Amino acid sequence: MINFNIDGVEVRAEEGSTILEAARFYGLNIPTLCYHDELTPYGACRLCMVEVDDGRRTRLVASCLYPVKEGIKVRTQTERVIKGRKLILELLLARCPNSKTLQDLASRMRLEQIRFNMENEDCILCGLCVRMCAEQMGGGAIGFVGRGQNREVVTPFRMVSEICRNCGACMYICPIVDLQCRGVKSPGELCNSCLIMTPQCLEKYGQVMCTLKSCGVCVGKEEK
Amino acid sequence: MKTITTRQELEALRNSLLQQRDPNKPCVRVCVGTGCRARGGLDVLESFKDEIKKQGLEVRVDIRQTGCHGFCERGPVVVIGPKEIFYQTVKPRDVTEIVSKTLLNGEVVDRLLYVDPATDQKILCEHEVPFYKRQTRRILANNGRIDPANILDYISVGGYQALAKAITTMSCEEIIDTVEKSGIRGLGGGGFPTGRKWRLCREAHGDIKFVIGNGDEGDPGAFSDRSLMEGNPHSILEGMIIGAYAIGANQGYLYVRAEYPLALKHLQIAIDQAREYGFLGNSIFSSGFGFDIKINRGGGAFVCGESSALVASIEGRMGEPRAKYIHTVERGLWNKPTNLNNVKTWASVPLIINNGAEWYAKIGTKKSKGTAIFSLVGKVNNTGLVEVSMGTPLKRIIYDIGGGILGGRKFKAVQTGGPSGGCVPEELLDLPVDFERLTEVGSMMGSGGMIVMDQDTCMVDVARYFLDFLQYESCGKCVPCREGIKRMLEIITDITAGRGKEEDLELLQELAEMVKDFSLCALGKTAPNAVLSTLRYFRDEYEAHVRDKKCPGGICKDLIQYFILEDKCTGCGACLKLCPQKAIQGETKKLHTIDLAKCIRCGICRDACPFEAVMVR
Repeated sequence: MINFNIDGVEVRAEEGSTILEAARFYGLNIPTLCYHDELTPYGACRLCMVEVDDGRRTRLVASCLYPVKEGIKVRTQTERVIKGRKLILELLLARCPNSKTLQDLASRMRLEQIRFNMENEDCILCGLCVRMCAEQMGGGAIGFVGRGQNREVVTPFRMVSEICRNCGACMYICPIVDLQCRGVKSPGELCNSCLIMTPQCLEKYGQVMCTLKSCGVCVGKEEK
Repeated sequence: MKTITTRQELEALRNSLLQQRDPNKPCVRVCVGTGCRARGGLDVLESFKDEIKKQGLEVRVDIRQTGCHGFCERGPVVVIGPKEIFYQTVKPRDVTEIVSKTLLNGEVVDRLLYVDPATDQKILCEHEVPFYKRQTRRILANNGRIDPANILDYISVGGYQALAKAITTMSCEEIIDTVEKSGIRGLGGGGFPTGRKWRLCREAHGDIKFVIGNGDEGDPGAFSDRSLMEGNPHSILEGMIIGAYAIGANQGYLYVRAEYPLALKHLQIAIDQAREYGFLGNSIFSSGFGFDIKINRGGGAFVCGESSALVASIEGRMGEPRAKYIHTVERGLWNKPTNLNNVKTWASVPLIINNGAEWYAKIGTKKSKGTAIFSLVGKVNNTGLVEVSMGTPLKRIIYDIGGGILGGRKFKAVQTGGPSGGCVPEELLDLPVDFERLTEVGSMMGSGGMIVMDQDTCMVDVARYFLDFLQYESCGKCVPCREGIKRMLEIITDITAGRGKEEDLELLQELAEMVKDFSLCALGKTAPNAVLSTLRYFRDEYEAHVRDKKCPGGICKDLIQYFILEDKCTGCGACLKLCPQKAIQGETKKLHTIDLAKCIRCGICRDACPFEAVMVR
């Protein structure tokens, strides 16, 4: 077992486990978008960045990839970390303004504004679907093509894949495409409804359904 | 040819080569590196061959094609030994004169000599030209002296002696100790201590280990790796073999971008020759140590110069970096311990083994030892490859070696380290160049690019240019780099187009700092350097763009106007004829005017005006 310190608490974790795994075990919340328990960590969304002091220097690392080491001091909520996470989320929301997952994160992290030009994309290129297909479904029917701004997830040569079994695992795991936030009326707006509703919406509307695509109960009421 | 199995055999071969070669025999050395080749170096070489044949001098004169001399500005370069007469910008039509005058009669062709612009004096020998005189050439010492496609040339200047010494007389520990003591650091720009890296890799668990030579030089304006690979490929191989022996690797890879066909060709020839002589193979110098090198051609993605992306590319996967919390020396190529060094670092190894760690560490600064190679380009008089000892002040490189700013203009900034480096302003010109000092001022050593900019440069536009390059070259894996660079570029493009808002500068700074902190690999981590350094040193230019909608450098098209000075215009009509928009009116010998509504600010009129009457405001 490895002994280390996380947010001021002395903790233990198995050798080879990551900071994120240890933090979640101890109930600490580190936001993630490209991470899934059953898939190889990828380290692309950079939301899970934490500050690690290894005795020599303090640096920012991706907690989903960084293996715990004896004696390190991890801080998951420093000002530098929070500020960066918020800006990353702001960038992602400018790309996919209607994503419920992103809107929820924005509420939770108290993001106040989006300062960039709006786009209307469906994909944040987190790569969960690619890894899901290859690692869990034994498929490998989809992958990344292109570089930088032209990067996208497609089947080989953009043709109907012979390997794809239409199992739907890629859609199941996608954090973005399926869940659209109903609270956003124009791109660039931050919904924040869920934050306001919980737990008030339970009292006011009798249900908390905002994780469901079809809810939007509060929005509906207001419109009437 | 018999393979060489002992140190004595190598020594004997070298001695016989030196005996065969008369040091007083005239030798024509023509540079056919890429720079000189582009300016007709191959034609010059052919002309020499023809002319010497015509005059029946084949027995009396040697002709040798060499790699880059570094002074590309003055190419094609020809050096006539044994007097080392240095001819520059040689054309095929000059060849007859050179042969008949210099080779036959020992006379000098005056008009082809280099003229020192400072003193107006003609200079006879290469090493007396100020450009070379003030350099400390170690890694590049034999570039321009030897034929890169001939291993015997390399052996005759002492090649493979270090390998023989290392394998036959030194233990692996001793080699690593020597490299560590020399203080050499990764010359690819990272600056990680090479000896420590070797030791970590040697100590890493596993029977199979790899060494990799990184020749994937992707920075615009940098060409030091290319020149080294083209001009002295054996020095890289020798270093890699020594390293592999010390680390315990039996297979090496050279990753070279496919855009460097000449480097690839010369490296392949060198590998074949080294195999033939037994420097690569099963039992090098009868030691039982076997090693071979394979060349991998890169597709030209900038990010593949990053070590983990490079490894992925060799493995046949997409060239994308991974987090290196577990180092490549522990888990690299195919998850085996891998030692990756830049080709310049590898080429330094034989020098360290031959001359000792103390010799190497003698020059340089406290923490950065040895020499650094810069590709000096931009608005300087002498562009080319410059090798100086670490700690040489920028001023010395730009003014003493580079010969100052082109056209006597005013210096504005110098950008070091390629697109990911920062811009260093005039007040920091006395800065001694080494890894630490460059990082302190917000730039970096990087690949050794050094772009000099003069007064007519818009620093906002410079930042925009590099962001544009990086946006295109980002692999797109992590969010800060992919989305962050895109948004920074959007903001800066708005600023250069006159749509900038006051709060944009703050947002730009915030974004740049986040991208620097949160990106996955070195590409993203260093991408904002150009923005951050220009914001730090040239904030007034940003403010001029945003507040006054003016471009002080006169570059940003949306913010400038061309006009003709009344007192200088002679009405010659030069501008009028060339204007693609027909925006210039005026009768012959009378003042011309520019119709601003039609003008597209292409600047052709300014370049065309012989009287400097066209101005920008």
